[in-house]
Amino acid sequence: MSTLSIRAVALVILAVGSGAVLAQTPNLGQPIDESDIAAWDIDILPDGTGLPPGSGTAGEGGPIYAQKCAVCHGVNAEGGISFALTGGEPLSNGIDTAKTIGNFWPVATTIFDYTRRAMPWTQPRTLTDDEVYALTAYLLAINGIIDEDDVMNAETLPQVQMPNRDGFIVRFPERTPGGARR
Amino acid sequence: MPKEDSTRSWEDLGPAAGNGLFDRRAFFKGGAALASAMTGYTLGATARAQALLDDPWSAVPGTPTGPYESPSRFETAAVRTMTNPNGEPRAQQSRTPHHLLDGTFTPNGLHFVISRSGPPDIDPDQHRLVIHGLVRQPLVFTLDSLMRYPTVSRMAFVECGGNSAPLWSPEPIDATAQALHGLASSAEYSGVMLSTLLEETGIDPSATWLIAEGSDSLALHRSVPLSKALDDAMIALYQNGERLMPGNGYPMRLLLPGWEGNMNVKWLRRIELVDQPAMSIYEARTYAPILPGGKAYQFYFLQEVKSFITRPSPGLGMRGPGFYEVSGVAYSANGRISKVMVSADGGQSWAQAALQEPVLPKAFTRFRAPWRWDGGPAVLQSRAWDEAGNVQPTRAEIVAVRGEASRVPSVNGFPSQHYNGPTSWGVDSDGEVRHVYA
Repeated sequence: MSTLSIRAVALVILAVGSGAVLAQTPNLGQPIDESDIAAWDIDILPDGTGLPPGSGTAGEGGPIYAQKCAVCHGVNAEGGISFALTGGEPLSNGIDTAKTIGNFWPVATTIFDYTRRAMPWTQPRTLTDDEVYALTAYLLAINGIIDEDDVMNAETLPQVQMPNRDGFIVRFPERTPGGARR
Repeated sequence: MPKEDSTRSWEDLGPAAGNGLFDRRAFFKGGAALASAMTGYTLGATARAQALLDDPWSAVPGTPTGPYESPSRFETAAVRTMTNPNGEPRAQQSRTPHHLLDGTFTPNGLHFVISRSGPPDIDPDQHRLVIHGLVRQPLVFTLDSLMRYPTVSRMAFVECGGNSAPLWSPEPIDATAQALHGLASSAEYSGVMLSTLLEETGIDPSATWLIAEGSDSLALHRSVPLSKALDDAMIALYQNGERLMPGNGYPMRLLLPGWEGNMNVKWLRRIELVDQPAMSIYEARTYAPILPGGKAYQFYFLQEVKSFITRPSPGLGMRGPGFYEVSGVAYSANGRISKVMVSADGGQSWAQAALQEPVLPKAFTRFRAPWRWDGGPAVLQSRAWDEAGNVQPTRAEIVAVRGEASRVPSVNGFPSQHYNGPTSWGVDSDGEVRHVYA
């Protein structure tokens, strides 16, 4: 469906939702303010939407990585019982080439998002936002994507250009908002 | 192929393909008796049965029926295989034993499960689903409130994007249908259409995607085009008539019929309407298969048309020549299965299989074909078509586009995803069945 027709559908729904038809649905949802969803609303969008205040550098992230991440991802992020976060062969080496932040991940915000929501494995969502920025900076720096001294925050992180950002083909553009261009 | 004609007698139904495959209409016109007559193996060729005596279990009253039925103690083989039974800090996969099942419903206890960090122990009375973001009014739903909404039931298969991954191996990995294809299952779901709830929240015209998120410890989230949400997405509360099992999302999951398994977010607690995909780790990294040359597919939503034979198959020994039913499942994200062809000679000739009614869209369809095994080598294969005109590619075709793994992977490994080529079962003269490439 094209974006245009999605919007057409959406407008129709808005129209019926605000009119008499509304009375025909059970209407059993409880209204809530966005501010009361904040504890759950943790996703970060590629344009930086959702990034919290705070900042960090690779230098600050290194010790946190050693303490909380190395046990699963390896001392040098080369991989362990969980996947590698740095290095990686060229993707042209084979369809089973190990994917790392350096050779594969298309957007930098994914690092912040996943680290904050899911890591460390046994204690998710216990890192402070500064710690997550620092870990993100550390992982970007050891992949050679940013410099050691670069500060990652809500403004700088979405601007990081990932090496493999143009490496993707949308499989079903006719079903994907925005089509083949993403 | 002769036209279907109910006035024809079964004698008109000759062999349908090489190496012993017979016409599927044998099933419609007289069942197994007809098939055995056609294939030349009748009771007269079989040793006479012993006289029947009362069995010990018939001589005493049976046991009390329990509150929740378990399979017979003799059915110990029909269980899932587990890759991480001790809950180590990595994903766990439990695979459906296709070779020991029939029909199109996967029992809930045998439905496949992939969990990244283990099913959470959710109190249904405390669970909440919130829909917010680019809506007119964010709303919170309790399970009790959703139970009062108009409910819809439908069959749907769910398949992991990584199902059948061992078939990316450059050499065939000999394993059962469970090990190769056990990350797909099919069930009847009952729940509330997501579109019904979105009518109540309203949709801002700028919304194009939604983010669905679970209440598991990793808060797994995936981005879903809004068009799919308005098409056939369901907040599923029941599976095969009972509440969802914990491993399958209790008390509620997002059901996106036909779409990649992990997008059917389990333990669903949040839906946010947005104007861009989140690029969560699972869409940005994990479920983006690398192509030959180094580019990668992104947003591989659909589980495309596919079939595999479940019987005969590895682990099920053949007991001498004669009649066998070749049986398997076929499914497609693009609607109903329209045709399944079966070969017993590695794809040199094909017979059309019977499709068990009802044939439902985006659900398992059971196919069956009568086969007389002559005791010699055979290679069984199936190939499916869907009503949208898609055909399951040959192995050569899919490898040409998608490549092969650079080395033989572990049978539990995921060298790539979205394999929907054929599966070949080689039968040797001892009746052993092995996975082969043909």
